[in-house]
Amino acid sequence: MPDRFAAGTRVRTFPYDPPHHTRLPRYARGKPGVVVEPEERAPLADLSAQGRADAPVEQVYAVRFAARDLWGEGDHHVVLDLWESYLEEVPDER
Amino acid sequence: MSGDHSDAAIARRVRRLETLLEEKGVLTGARLDEIIDAFVTGATPANGARVVARAWTDPAYKARLLSDGTAAVRELGYMKGGYERLRVVENTENAHNVIVCTLCSCYPLFLLGPSPSWYKSEAYRSRVVRDPRAVLAEFGLHLPADTRITVWDSSAETRYMVLPRRPADTEGLSEEQLAALVTRNALIGTAAL
Repeated sequence: MPDRFAAGTRVRTFPYDPPHHTRLPRYARGKPGVVVEPEERAPLADLSAQGRADAPVEQVYAVRFAARDLWGEGDHHVVLDLWESYLEEVPDER
Repeated sequence: MSGDHSDAAIARRVRRLETLLEEKGVLTGARLDEIIDAFVTGATPANGARVVARAWTDPAYKARLLSDGTAAVRELGYMKGGYERLRVVENTENAHNVIVCTLCSCYPLFLLGPSPSWYKSEAYRSRVVRDPRAVLAEFGLHLPADTRITVWDSSAETRYMVLPRRPADTEGLSEEQLAALVTRNALIGTAAL
């Protein structure tokens, strides 16, 4: 299966607070980032953590966030490993 | 099973879990002993140091290590049969990397050994993503203002290890002597060499 997001794709994470386990930390909810690279494929932790055997196996991506977007300040970057369904592509504004 | 559990509540809980895992056929006692042995006797920062020293002395190995960390450390006998993926991130004159797991305490155990208690502390986990420059300064690592810092927060099955910069004036050293210079904190990114 081809990866949905190539390296360099601009994405945004989901903004809400799910009523179950998730691997998208609160500090990175609803934030814009850029895909660094596709990583491994893995069962979606949000469902597998509930003991469900039907958790879909998704592509996981390394996604880079600017500190300014996460915290409103700072010049560093944070990279998170995020399942594909956490992400939506951000259309190019040009 | 190892026979040296104390009677603490956590030890009783672990024993009960082991019994259940065996009863349900998830794991055999022998397999569990193998895994524990591999962790206890095989997991030490000397492994990560050996990988780093090889990368410093063999440019082709370094290129493989940075493009596919898992395959490159398997060449040296590490991570055989593991399900995790390894990504090695390189420090340079202008770029510094540091690793964390803000959600729990994920760590490349097989290359770095058991993690230090501060790595699992809420203070480190919450602060290093927010203000890494200040946290690194508290470790005694004062980076130039124009050094680009990247914090790698392991939130899935990838584990990260930092490839530190090779210290100056070490041209004459053997791979073994170089490995002896590499510290655990340098592999995490909270120290330079």
